[in-house]
Amino acid sequence: MASDATAAGTAEAGHHSSLGVSNEKMAMWAMIGSETLFFGALIAAYLIYVGSFADSPEITPQTIYDIPFTSVSTFILLMSSLGVVLALAAAQRGDDRGMRTWLLATALMGATFLAGQIYEFTVFMEEGMRMSTSPFTTSFYVLTGFHGVHVAVGILLLLTLWTRSLAGKFTRRKSEVVENIGLYWHFVDIVWIVLFTVVYLIPAE
Amino acid sequence: MTDSDTREGSEATEGHAEQEHHPGVKEYVEIGIILAVLTAIEVGLYFAPVPRAVAVPALLGLTAAKFVLVVLWFMHLRFDSKWFRRLFWTGVIGASALFLVTVLITTL
Repeated sequence: MASDATAAGTAEAGHHSSLGVSNEKMAMWAMIGSETLFFGALIAAYLIYVGSFADSPEITPQTIYDIPFTSVSTFILLMSSLGVVLALAAAQRGDDRGMRTWLLATALMGATFLAGQIYEFTVFMEEGMRMSTSPFTTSFYVLTGFHGVHVAVGILLLLTLWTRSLAGKFTRRKSEVVENIGLYWHFVDIVWIVLFTVVYLIPAE
Repeated sequence: MTDSDTREGSEATEGHAEQEHHPGVKEYVEIGIILAVLTAIEVGLYFAPVPRAVAVPALLGLTAAKFVLVVLWFMHLRFDSKWFRRLFWTGVIGASALFLVTVLITTL
């Protein structure tokens, strides 16, 4: 009986390295560290090209961005980070229904943000801001587009957890899995926290 | 047992102990409200007639505050193992160095 309880406890906690931390969580943090450098490089490229408008001087950050619209999207993404920690708190207290509710709410908030970004890109395209218009537009689309891809991956991960839980197939190590997916989601959020300020709120001189 | 074994053992124990302390729902909601307020201030600063020399440092400060709040409380870096902190801050320091060098190159 005691050994069963110990085995169940070990399974619930996941595999731990000799450092006393979960291998999966360590891998997630290693990925987040490297992704931070990846986005750092993309932001640096954007800063270099933000003033390069080539033959389209009418398409600039000051003329093209819709700050009120992006502010609402930003607020929604920020609140989705709260959603995922509330899902984690529910998983930690064994509240499956609460966990599913917050996982779905987080995925929906992420989808709303992504829909906003697709709408924004569509409007920009209609106004003549294409990928190849200028170095500024190229760096803008690459930077925000890569972030959008990360949001899409996060939504898929959240919906996978939600679907597996609904089907009764998500029964072990719930809090650890939700925490690791949550770490990825928070990373997507902190990247946007930086992008919102650097790309949208601080205008190029 | 070598010093290295002892050190690794104590860090392993610390890793387990640190993971025990996660914030509760109330604290999460409080952090969420603070993040919302800081974002509102950022947007307000954008529209307010504030000189660029004041607005830019203020916006960067608010962004740093939001970043740190999410990382320390929502991502539990304040409570988790130091190994995670080392991995993350290595990436942040590298990205920040790249950011600062780029700003210097483009403004000088």
